[in-house]
Amino acid sequence: MDDGVMLVALLVATLRAAAPLILAGLGELVCERAGVLNLGVEGMMLVGAVVGFAASVTTGSPVLGLLAAMAAGAAMAAVFAVLTLRLHANQVASGLALTIFGIGFSALFGAPYQSHPITGLATLIFPNLSGAHPLLQQLLLVDPLVWLALAAPFAVARFLARSRAGLLLRAVGESAEVAHAFGYKVVRIRGFAVLFGGAMAGLAGAYLSLAYTPMWTENMVAGRGWIALALVVFSTWKPLLLAAGAILFGFVTIAGFQAEAWGIPVAPNLLATLPYAATILVLVLISRDTLRLKLNAPAALGKPFHPAG
Amino acid sequence: MRLERRASASRVMAVLAPVLALVCAAAGAAVLFALLGRDPVSCLHTLFVAPLEDANGWSELALKATPLLLCALGIAVGVQANVWNIGAEGQFTMGAIAGGAVALWLGPTEGWFVLPLVLMAGVLGGAAWGGVAAFLRTRFNAHEILVTLMLSYIAVQVLGWLVRGPMQDPEGFNFPQTRQFEAAAMLPVLLEGSRVTVAAVFALVAVPLAALLLGRTMAGYRIRVVGLAPGAARYAGFSENGAVWVCLLLSGGLAGLAGVCEVAGPIGQLTPSISPGYGFAAIIVAFLGRLSPVGMLFAAVLMALLYLGAEGLQITQQLPLAAAGVIQGMLLLFLLGADVLTLYRVRFGGVRAHAKASSHG
Repeated sequence: MDDGVMLVALLVATLRAAAPLILAGLGELVCERAGVLNLGVEGMMLVGAVVGFAASVTTGSPVLGLLAAMAAGAAMAAVFAVLTLRLHANQVASGLALTIFGIGFSALFGAPYQSHPITGLATLIFPNLSGAHPLLQQLLLVDPLVWLALAAPFAVARFLARSRAGLLLRAVGESAEVAHAFGYKVVRIRGFAVLFGGAMAGLAGAYLSLAYTPMWTENMVAGRGWIALALVVFSTWKPLLLAAGAILFGFVTIAGFQAEAWGIPVAPNLLATLPYAATILVLVLISRDTLRLKLNAPAALGKPFHPAG
Repeated sequence: MRLERRASASRVMAVLAPVLALVCAAAGAAVLFALLGRDPVSCLHTLFVAPLEDANGWSELALKATPLLLCALGIAVGVQANVWNIGAEGQFTMGAIAGGAVALWLGPTEGWFVLPLVLMAGVLGGAAWGGVAAFLRTRFNAHEILVTLMLSYIAVQVLGWLVRGPMQDPEGFNFPQTRQFEAAAMLPVLLEGSRVTVAAVFALVAVPLAALLLGRTMAGYRIRVVGLAPGAARYAGFSENGAVWVCLLLSGGLAGLAGVCEVAGPIGQLTPSISPGYGFAAIIVAFLGRLSPVGMLFAAVLMALLYLGAEGLQITQQLPLAAAGVIQGMLLLFLLGADVLTLYRVRFGGVRAHAKASSHG
C-alpha cells in the first residue's frame, strides 16, 4: 500500500472505531440533557449487539437486525425509565443493574451465536470490490452507519438548540420543578429521552456486531458504553464536541493497533489498556475545571423528580 | 394508583423488599428457562435447592460467598458516603497480582511470615488501586464511578499481560499462567477435604468490624453524614475528601484481600481469569443486604448460591454460566423496583386523590 492509501485506511479505521462511541454517546447526551443519568449504556449496547446479530442472522436482513437492536435497547431503557421515573429508584443503582443484567442476558442468549461468521455491513453493500482501486476499497468501508454517526451530532445539536421539543427537553434537565410548574409533562419528556438513549445504545451495539467486528463474541462491547459515558462529560454535554472526542478516541484505539505495524513492539494486553487509560486521562483533564463543568452540566442531572402530591 | 411518600422509611418493607425481589427474580428465571425450552421446575430445583443437598455444596457456597462478602462490605461503606466504588473487580485483580507477585518472589522460602506478607501485599495492592481513584477524585474531581471502572478494565488486561509475559511459568508449556504458589504462601484449609480456607473467617470477622465502624465510630458517623447531608457535613467541618479516601482505600483493601485469598486459596496460581465477576456481583450483594453488614452476609450467600446453581445448570441443562448473571441482574432490578414500597405507600385513587390530582391539572 502506498502512503496515500495508508492514510485513508487510517482515517477510515478511526471513523469506524469512533462510530459506536458517537451513536451511544449521543443517546446518553440527550438523556442527560433531560436530567437523567443512565449508567446502563454498556448493558444496552451488549443487548443491542446480540439481538441485532441474532435478528440479522435469523431474518437474513441487516436492516431488520438494526431495527431489532434499537427496539431491544429501548426496551431495556423502558425498564430503567419505569424504575427511576415512576418508582423513584436511585438512578446510579438502576443503571448499574441494567448493565449487570445486560452482560448476563447477552452472554446467555448469545451463546449459540458465538463466533458464527457473517458478512459485514460494508461488504454486504458492495460485495465485488476485489478488483477496485485500493483507495476506493478503503473508502467504501465507510458504511451507512458511519455516515449516520457523522451526521447525527449535527442533527442532535440542531434539535437541542433550535427546536421547541429540544428546548423543552433542556428545560426539564435544568429544572424539573420549573418545567412542571409551567405545565409540561416532566416524566413523559424524560421518558422519551431515556428511550432515545436506549435505542441509540442498541444501534451502537448492533454496529459492533454487524459492521465493525462483524460477529458476536461474549462481552464484545468491552467498556465502550462506559467510554461513551465519559465522552458525554468530556464534551460538556455538546453533541459536536462529543463527536470530536469520539474520533480522538477512535484514533487512539487504532493507533494502538497500528503500533505493531510501525515497528513498536507492545504486548497486546497492554495495547488493550490504551482506551481505558485515555478515558481516565480525558476525565481528569476535563473534570479539574470544576467551574466549566458546573456551568455546562444540566442542573438537574441525576436528581429525581417527584411531582407534588 | 399513586404513590404517597412515607414520613419515614418502612423498616418492615426494607426487609421484605429483598424477599419480594427474590420471588420475582425466581419467577423471571422460570419464564426464562421455559423460553429456552427447559423444564422450569427442575431448573429452579437445580438452581436453588440442589447445591444445598450435600456437604460439598455448603462448603462451595462458603467458598464463593467469601469474596462477594468482602467486596460488598467495602462497597456498602462507600455507598453510605455517596462514594461509588464499582471497580471492586479491578481492586480484586490488583490484590491478586500483588499478593501473587510476593508469593512467587518468596518462592520456596519457608516460615510463618510468608503468608502474612502475601496477604498484606494483596490488601495493599487493592487499596492502592482504590487509592488511584481517590487521588483522581479528590485532586482533579474525576468521578470515581467511571475511574474505578476503567481501572478495572486496565487491571484485568495487566493481569493478562503478566501471566503471558514477565510472570509466566517458564515450565508451563506456554500456558498463560504463573508457577503454582508454594505451600507456605497458601491459606490453610478450614475443613479437611473441602476448598474453604480461613478467608471465610476473615469475611465473617469483617462483618462485625464493618458494623462497628459504621455504627459506633466517629469515622463511620462522618461517612454517613457526608453521604446523607453533604451540606451539614461541610458545616460540621467533616471533610468530603477524607471520606472519599477512607471509602476507596477501605473498599479497595477489602477487595484486594478477597483477590489474594482466591489466588492463595482455591486457585493457587495467577491465571488470566481469576474472578467470575465477583467485584460486580458484590454491588448487588451490597444493595440486597440493605447496606447492612449482617444483611450482606445473607445476600452474599444467596448470590453464591446463584453462582453454584448456574454451575449445576451448565452440567445438567447445558445452559451457559451466564444464566447466573441474568438472574442476579433481574434480582437487582426487581429489588430497586420493590424498594418503592419502602419509601412510599401505594394508594389506590379515591375521591380525594382524584380531586387532588385534577387540581394539579
